[in-house]
Amino acid sequence: MTRLDALEAQSIFIFREAFAQLRKIAMLWSLGKDSNVMIHLARKAFFGRLPFPAMHVDTHRKFPEMYAFRDHYAKEWDLDLIVEDCPPIESTDPTLPPAARSAARKTEGLRLALAKHGFDGVIAGIRRDEEPTRAKERFFSPRGTDGAWNVREQPPEFWDQYNTALTPGAHVRIHPILHWTEMDIWAYTQRENIPVIPLYFSKDGKRYRSLGDQDITNPVESDASTLDEILAELAVTKTSERSGRAMDHESEDAFERLRTAGYL
Amino acid sequence: MSASTSVSASTSTLPLATSSAAAAAKERELLRIVIVGHVDHGKSTLVGRLLHETGSLPDGKLEMLKEVSARRGMPFEWSFLLDALQTERDQGITVDTSQIRFKTAKRDYVLIDAPGHVEFLRNMVTGAAQADAALLLVDAGEGVREQTRRHAFLLHLLGLRQVTVVVNKMDRVAFDQEAFAAIEEDVSAYLGGFGLRPTFVIPVSARDGDFISERTARLPWYSGPTVVEALDAFTAPPSLSDQPLRFPIQAVYKFDERRILAGRIESGRLSVGDELAFEPSGATARVKSIEAWPGSAPTTVEAGQSAGITLDKDIFVTRGDIAAHGDQRPRAAKSLKVRLFWLDDAPLKAGDPVVVRLSTAAAPGVVSAVTSAVDPANLVTEGQASLGRNYVGEVEITLRQALPADPYHLNAFTGRVVVERDRRICGGGIILHAAREARLEAPKRGPVVAVDSAVTPAERVTRFHHQGAVLWLTGLPASGKSTVARALERRLFDLGGSPVYLDGDTLRTGLNADLGFSPQERSENIRRVAHMAGFLARNGHIAIVALVSPTRADREQAREVGARFFHEVFIRAPLEVCEGRDPKGHYAKARKGEIASFTGISAPYEEPEAPELVLDTTGDIAATLAALEAYLEEAGVLFPPDTDSPI
Repeated sequence: MTRLDALEAQSIFIFREAFAQLRKIAMLWSLGKDSNVMIHLARKAFFGRLPFPAMHVDTHRKFPEMYAFRDHYAKEWDLDLIVEDCPPIESTDPTLPPAARSAARKTEGLRLALAKHGFDGVIAGIRRDEEPTRAKERFFSPRGTDGAWNVREQPPEFWDQYNTALTPGAHVRIHPILHWTEMDIWAYTQRENIPVIPLYFSKDGKRYRSLGDQDITNPVESDASTLDEILAELAVTKTSERSGRAMDHESEDAFERLRTAGYL
Repeated sequence: MSASTSVSASTSTLPLATSSAAAAAKERELLRIVIVGHVDHGKSTLVGRLLHETGSLPDGKLEMLKEVSARRGMPFEWSFLLDALQTERDQGITVDTSQIRFKTAKRDYVLIDAPGHVEFLRNMVTGAAQADAALLLVDAGEGVREQTRRHAFLLHLLGLRQVTVVVNKMDRVAFDQEAFAAIEEDVSAYLGGFGLRPTFVIPVSARDGDFISERTARLPWYSGPTVVEALDAFTAPPSLSDQPLRFPIQAVYKFDERRILAGRIESGRLSVGDELAFEPSGATARVKSIEAWPGSAPTTVEAGQSAGITLDKDIFVTRGDIAAHGDQRPRAAKSLKVRLFWLDDAPLKAGDPVVVRLSTAAAPGVVSAVTSAVDPANLVTEGQASLGRNYVGEVEITLRQALPADPYHLNAFTGRVVVERDRRICGGGIILHAAREARLEAPKRGPVVAVDSAVTPAERVTRFHHQGAVLWLTGLPASGKSTVARALERRLFDLGGSPVYLDGDTLRTGLNADLGFSPQERSENIRRVAHMAGFLARNGHIAIVALVSPTRADREQAREVGARFFHEVFIRAPLEVCEGRDPKGHYAKARKGEIASFTGISAPYEEPEAPELVLDTTGDIAATLAALEAYLEEAGVLFPPDTDSPI
């Protein structure tokens, strides 16, 4: 088996475990490269079609290209699409820096959406190599009733046996591509011919490595305008993937506080 | 620190951006390494150093950290690179497993940094269970400590067989060769106790960068590899495709007209047309198709792949069933004997209700006995009624429904279990024995309390120059078991060791004089000898057992009793050769029908499937003995003749 084959097999195993062990689940679809790979993996796991909804928790501040992509592929992939709105910025923790407050809207939007639909499991496309707090995540991460992550008291997870026991009202975050890297995502996107939002490709010397809200996401300097060029760029780059995400960098612990409170 | 230690970058030695560089980077081999050891022995410092020296840090990261340190008024430490969480920075210890990537010229690595504090052993287990190999870190000044031993023991139980020992902080002992040698011997003796031999033992100073990737002049007496070279010397996990098929079912899908059985092939391979048996029900059917999306499906799938199949008949199959090929299927077991590590605060006791998870199956059950409990930190055996937090012990569990199980030595995936209590994962372990039916109730015992010996195992190792062991010599009558046993006994004794030869026939004149040769009596004979040999081994002696022991089941039981001390040695000689030898005239009598059920003639001999060693006795006894001695050194039982005291 090649490296990508092994990653794919493990992710498919996790999707099937989530579907078998939890009562009602949904997959978060943020429209970015990672969640598009996830949709493809899920379709492989379930032989062509997602047997649960794809949910977009919408800040209404995404790029127009992202909304166009969503509406086109929701149809083409026959997704059971749920779109839920985020609450206004005033409802977030005022002690957080501005961009982090923007991200915190999404946390609150997610919490409300989970409660509204009664999901006990939500599949999210985070990866360990994105940033250090995510490096500590489990494949199955039980959350409290408020959605919070208690990093100090995480249960053990080994030998592909996952924690799915829940107190009523709580949920589990499932992370099927936790063990992938940014390079793996692009290599797999290329191998499997998965569609890509054009914002990832260079235009006027810049491209987006990571897509978030328009007002808190910046492009990086790059001439990579094809998948091959992106892969070649990643093979030698020494800047981090989320360097264009403002909320990660406002203060030393801003992102960590966001995640403990339930951000993805 | 800001949340951007996103270390997925490459070494500076890679060529500039070209698509061939991209192609090469896409499919590079990936190895997962866990770093374990006692708290404060320098794990995070080592990781920080490795990242720096392999050019894996993002631009400006080091400068930024140095600036943060200066702002906080503390000297820069390499470990800051990993202290991503606020809570960790405050306490200065790693709380949870963290994973970081780096690469060498040879391949990519995931470094799993496991916490060294006893409070976080569950996190260490989480990290180590995902690894292909381990670095065990020991502080040169402090030597082997509690967590060093605990982690080493757990690595072994988690199935890791490749461990390199890194003796850190050599700068604190003035790069002294003797201090290093003492730790090397100490740690090698401990690992040898459960058959683990470190691939290398490397002296380093992680803080200063000696022998991480560079050979420095400060360790002129050391000629072995650097840490990076030792990492590159680990081997990737072998493919399990040639082992017997184990296909645990995750779910049965009926999204359309197809009824698809989905799961991951854990070992072996499966093809369209194969007849499969599903345990525990025992139902059989043929593979009609292999299903896949998108595109066309393969006709064969193998170990590691997630797959889906349809069958030619509608037999009842459910999540947790394991598909195998008819002649090599797992056992539907209602009683398990498990070597278990326990992570929960409240001890596990006989009578506790538990749920046992094995692969995708789960079954409720009850702990029928806790037969041993040991603290791996000091190898002290405690009272045997319960298994406390962070202890390892042997536990018997009676299940309410059968689970499809294998003994661990036959299949790692279907030979291990996770134990839940109160719906929480509290422990895990390997299956020593799986029985079809729940055992009959054990005879009522009086208040028996085991008493520890006044002499420690370490003292005996020092005197005898070897570890305790049970060498179980099995083979046809007249295959040469006694000859090999007696030659080895003499050799070990002459080396200053303490071998004890247990001959089957001799024991039948005393201890086992009440037993005949019916299958039940043969089993009882073996059970008694196994316990006697195990007792000797636990007390540092090498018990050399020469016993036909014709059935696999009986030998499996002897292995269970002998536990980590047990070594099965198959003495192999063709039947004609044995019959030609016939020193006791038994074959001749058996041929005439004067001895009933004589192994080899009128009763079967089941050859061992996975013995630790096979010895051919048709050749020279000196060569046979040399092979046996080499094995004992390899297995860590004997210490090479040129070493001084192993402790």
